Parts: sequence; structure tokens; C-alpha cells
Amino acid sequence: MRFVDEFRDADQARALAAKIAALCEPGRQYKLMEVCGGHTHTIYKHGLEDYLPESITLVHGPGCPVCVIPMGRVDDAMHLSAGPDVIMTSFGDMMRVPGSNGSFFDAKAAGTDIRMVYSPLDSLKIARQNPDKQVVFMAIGFETTAPSTAMTMLRASAEGLSNFSVFCNHVTIVPAIKAILDSPDLRLDGFIGPGHVSTVIGCRPYEFIARDYGKPVVVAGFEPLDILQSIYMLMLQLASGRSEVENQYSRVVPWNGNTVALKAIGETMELRPYFEWRGLGFISHSALRVREKYAAMDAERLFSVPGVRVADPKACQCGEVLKGVLKPWECKVFGTACTPETPIGTCMVSPEGACAAYYNFGRVERHRVPEAVPASAGGS
Amino acid sequence: MTTGDTRQGGGGWIEEALREHEHEHEAAQTPSPAEPGGRPVLPVADRERQVLERIDRARRRRPRVREERVTMSHGAGGKATRTLVEAIFLDAFRNPQLEPLEDAAALTLSGVRTALTTDSYVVSPLFFPGGNIGDLAVNGTVNDLSVAGATPLYLSAGFILEEGFPVADLVRVTSSMREAAAAAGVQIVTGDTKVVQRGKADGCYINTAGVGLLLPDVSLGVALAQPGDAIIVSGPIGDHGITIMLARGELDIEADVVSDTAPLNGLTACLLDAVPETRAMRDATRGGVATILNEIAAGADVGVLVREDDIPVRDEVRGACELLGIDPMYVACEGRMVVVVPGDSTDRALTALRGHPLGEDAAVIGHVTDGQPGIVQLKTAFGGTRIVDLLVGDPLPRIC
Repeated sequence: MRFVDEFRDADQARALAAKIAALCEPGRQYKLMEVCGGHTHTIYKHGLEDYLPESITLVHGPGCPVCVIPMGRVDDAMHLSAGPDVIMTSFGDMMRVPGSNGSFFDAKAAGTDIRMVYSPLDSLKIARQNPDKQVVFMAIGFETTAPSTAMTMLRASAEGLSNFSVFCNHVTIVPAIKAILDSPDLRLDGFIGPGHVSTVIGCRPYEFIARDYGKPVVVAGFEPLDILQSIYMLMLQLASGRSEVENQYSRVVPWNGNTVALKAIGETMELRPYFEWRGLGFISHSALRVREKYAAMDAERLFSVPGVRVADPKACQCGEVLKGVLKPWECKVFGTACTPETPIGTCMVSPEGACAAYYNFGRVERHRVPEAVPASAGGS
Repeated sequence: MTTGDTRQGGGGWIEEALREHEHEHEAAQTPSPAEPGGRPVLPVADRERQVLERIDRARRRRPRVREERVTMSHGAGGKATRTLVEAIFLDAFRNPQLEPLEDAAALTLSGVRTALTTDSYVVSPLFFPGGNIGDLAVNGTVNDLSVAGATPLYLSAGFILEEGFPVADLVRVTSSMREAAAAAGVQIVTGDTKVVQRGKADGCYINTAGVGLLLPDVSLGVALAQPGDAIIVSGPIGDHGITIMLARGELDIEADVVSDTAPLNGLTACLLDAVPETRAMRDATRGGVATILNEIAAGADVGVLVREDDIPVRDEVRGACELLGIDPMYVACEGRMVVVVPGDSTDRALTALRGHPLGEDAAVIGHVTDGQPGIVQLKTAFGGTRIVDLLVGDPLPRIC
């Protein structure tokens, strides 16, 4: 199939694997973080690690919209949806995220009106069809999904709809990357940059990573060859001692981002002073809230939201997994108490979560392709 | 947002799950690599393998329904369905005929080997490209008997109708049923009708049950699969599920696909005639081919290895799946089956299947292996390896 198969070509993958292996310095270990959960999913779904030499470890980053939502916000959403005449709408990924008292799915089974939507525009449609109900859209995601929430708000405003509101949980990626860079737990060699976020914000916001922290960044696409090529580009930079921001995903990502999308976000939303991230704690200026001008569409202003902070269950190590300090299988409850069917932590819920990706796809003994074994390793 | 007031999360079932886990953990005596001093720190690969073994043990525990209420996942054909069936229904009704949880029960009635099956149909929409709830209800039950190695003979039909359902639609449904029954060579010989108030059902639900005669000298079951056996699908997968999804019109995607709903008794008869040593047949409905492969791996406690490149999927179905982010391996079929045959019978099986119109595109997709027992591995088109697990959650309710 066109536009798919050419990005999954095994011959090209083997050629890249050989080039990557040739760039590995003997005895050196490389840790590269793929920031985005979409990349984590691709890596496991296609078995990409078979193409990497043992000395390269991929560390899974915090870029999974569902994973970073703290339990308290889930409880807030539950509280909102239980209100009189409220229809809660949410992306499918959010439906199974556990709050203190079960998930949206459980609440739905108990009679709460919660509907799964594919786009915030579907929520708008539901609002038009149900003028006597208050329709709340549970907005989650990074800069990737914030523009569609913003455009929906602008459309609702233009239509004069008075029964549509947004429970805004949009977060921004750069403060999270910075928090990880400043964390003493982890030494990374480079970053596979988030492709979808970058279609909106462009590549410039990552320049501080290369300049101030001396780490290379390659913004990458979402097909397996995109990621493999990005790893090759990172290894080239590391081999020559460079640290720059490069754009592998230039077929989609403009260097300066999408100004129309950014304007829509800026019109409707503003930075919060601080926001709690699951596992990462409070990070200042890391999330968006609805601007005063659109207060009539802000569920947090329209309804009472408890806003209680709920600590993760003690055994849950999602935070360490999100920061890349622990591999999914190193979490104490991974795969036994915490599984995709009964997740305790968010990383096990979303298909973009590192734990779910590893559990669903990666529980397998790796067989590296011969090209991924460096010549100096003697094929052992 | 307040920051001062913090509660500890994870009450109820989470605590229970953790307790259960602790118990399991202690029993396994797994040394913790993080433990300072004392035990030696194991190399990463060994630690990872230990975790995989621990998960394997956890997966073999007796399933329990943790939810307080039935959710849509319980009807999706994946893990939650299996848990519900094993923990509630099998637990309540346990007997040797039910226990194998095959598509049909094998019964010996006055010395005659008979197969009995039943299935309910709640598909939405009722009418879709390639069929409707009527032919689906006949073909589905015919297929459950056929893949059990039986010749389907008689069906029952029970209707639950919603007040206000158009009689003209009921006529369309029943005439499709008549035609499907004629095509499959079965008769609908008994039935039942119930009507419920408007809003208490969605138009029309149908239940069919079927009986058939089991072929002599044929012994089938996924538990019989052995390393070296070939795994075959009878044609392109995922047509029915994608057709239903697009027919709902919620996605604004158009594609030229029709449901593959069809009776498989002709095809199974051809196969069993040519390859009586066939080990197992399953029709790939809810949960798709991936679910059947997992049933083989779990049922026979063997490994399964399939190659993504070899799995037939129509371009239209693949395209829709790519757009929607779903894996065709999990999408329902209503006229396709997965077959396990001994390795040296592969060519004979393929020839027999391809000689029938419904098996023209039959293909070997993989093999039973002596690798990780209970695990389905996929060699991806990209050239990597991954697992294909049972489906969790419900991407697509009311598919059949």
C-alpha cells in the first residue's frame, strides 16, 4: 500500500541497522529517549529493537497524553460527569484510566452518561443535539491535540452554543523534557523528538536542549523507518561530537511550526502557573487552561471541581517509568497486579503507554538481526 | 486546584490486586535486583526473563471478574469476555461438554455423535453492505457447527423485537434468513418471539441455536495443535468488522468493502474430506484472527509464530485500519476460518480450500512452534518480532 509500505521496508531497515551498528564506539553505552508515546507504540508494534545493537537502549519518555494525567484529575472528571444533566465526552484512550473509584467505563456501566468521541467536534455535535444538557469535553493531550480543542471552542463561540464546555487538561511538552534533563536520575545521550507535537510548535523550542544541555535532538516521524533513521542521525551527531536539532520528519514538520494552530491555542488558552503531572509532580508553566474571555466554556469555572490531589497507589511506579528511570518490566507490579485489563497505573492503559506497549507487544525474547551486531562484537 | 489536601489513591480492588500480587511474589521467591547487599544482582536479560516467567504464572491464575458491573468490554470477545465466561458461566454450569469451550458442544445422543451450538446477534446497523442481521444469524450458527466438524441440519430462531420495529424490515430480515438457510442446506424448525417496549431494545435481536451430526473419525480441537503444524486462514481477514464500522457512518470514511458473511459448511466439508487429520478449525468472529491464534497457543500450550506479510488483508481494509489505528488481526470476520493441519498435510489442505469459492485466497500464515508456550509471536512486515496478545477493551461494540 502506498505511503505505508515504503516506510516499513525490511531491506532498508537492515541497511540502516548496519550503519547504526558501525557508529557504535566499542564499550560505550547509548541511551536515547523517544519523548513521544506514539514512537514507543511504533517501536514495539513493529519490533524495531531487533534492529538495534545491544549497546543502544531506547528510553521511553513522558509524551503519552493519558499517562501524565494524575489520578486527582480523573476524580475531578468523574465528579463533573456525575453532575445533573451532564454528558461527559472523552477520547477512547481516557475511558479505562482508573480514578480512585473506577474508570469512565465503570461509571458508564453504572449509568453515568459518558460518551466516547473521535474528535472534540463530535462533542459539539452532541451539544447541538442535546440543548437541555451540559456537554463537557475532557480535553487531554499535548500541543498535538490542543489546536483541535481550540478550534472547537472558537466554533462553539461563533455558533453561540451555551451548553458546551471544556475540562482542559492540555499539557506542553518542553517543560516536561526540561524536568527530565534536570533530573539527577537519568543520563541520556540524545532525544528522538516528538513528531506530532512538532507539526504545531516546530523545531525551535528544542534548541535549548542542544545548546544548553549539549544533547542532540532529531524530530522523527511515526513509521518504523522514520525512527530507525532518526536513531542513525542521532548516532551520527554523537559520533562527530555534535549536538544540534535536526528534522527527520520534514515531510510534515515545518521548522517554525503551524502559526494558525498556535494562534488558535493562544486565543483560547493560556499557561497555568503550575500543573501536576503523574509521576513527575508539579511542573510550572507546563499546562494550559481556558482563558478568561472563554470562561463560559471552562468546565472548571462553570462547575465545582474538587481539585483534590490524589497520590498514586503506593506500589505504582508510573512516575519512574514516565521519566525513563525504570523500564516497564522493572516496576514491581508490572504484568501481575497491573495488566492492560486491570491497570493500576496510566502507563498500562493507553496504547501509547510504555507499559502497555511492552506488555502487549514486547514480552518476547529479542532476536537481533545480524546487521545489528557490531563487527567488533565478533557476532557473539 | 488545591495542593495542600492529598489523599492516597488506590482503594478497593487495587489493594486486593496488590495483596494477591504480594502473595504470588513471595511464593515465587524472586530475588529483587534492587536489594542492597545479600543476593547478587542479576544481569538484565535474566531479570527480564524472570519477570516474563512471573507474568506467565499470573496469566495462568484462575480468572476473576473484578468489576462490579458488566461493561462493554465483557462483550468484546477479548480478555474480559474470556474472564466473564470462565469465572461466571463455566463456574456455574461446569460439565465435561462445556469445559472445552469450543464453538459447539459435542454430545452423544442414543449413540449418535451430535453437535449443539447457540449464538445471539445484536449487530448495529441491522442492514449493512453484504448482508443483514438475518443472514448473519443463520451463517454464524452454521459456521459454529461446521468448524466443530459437524454437518449442520436444523436451526432455531428466537426474536426479541422492539415496539415500533417496521414489519417491512422484519420481512427483509426473515427472507434473508430463508435464503441463507437454503444456501447452507439447513432448515429453521422452531422459534420464539418476544416484544419489548420502545427503548428497551434496539430494533431487533436474534438468537439462533443449531444442531448437526458430527462427522465420524474426525477429532478436532485447538488443544490438539502440535509444534510443526501449519496455520492457515481461508481468505482475506477483517472485511466484516470494517464494513460494520463504516456502515455506522460515524467516521466519514468511505471504502469499497462488503461483509464476508457466508456459510462455511461447504468449505469445512471439502477440507475434512481431503485432510481428515485436520487438528482444529475456528471461525474468526469477534476478536478476529488474533484471538483464535491465542486460543491455539493457550489451548495446546504451544508457541505460535505468524508472519505479517503472509496474512491476507484487502487493501481497503488495511487502509481503513491504518487510518483508525486498529490492527486487522483483531477485526471480526463472518465467513473466514483459521485451520490447523499437520505440517506435511499443508499442501493438500491448501489445494482443498482453494478449490472452494470461499477458500480461493486461503494462505498459510504461520506455524505452531515449541517456542514460548501460550505466546503468539508475529514477525512484522518491517522485520521485527512482537507479541500478538488477546484484545483488551472494546474498539467496536455490537459487531455481530
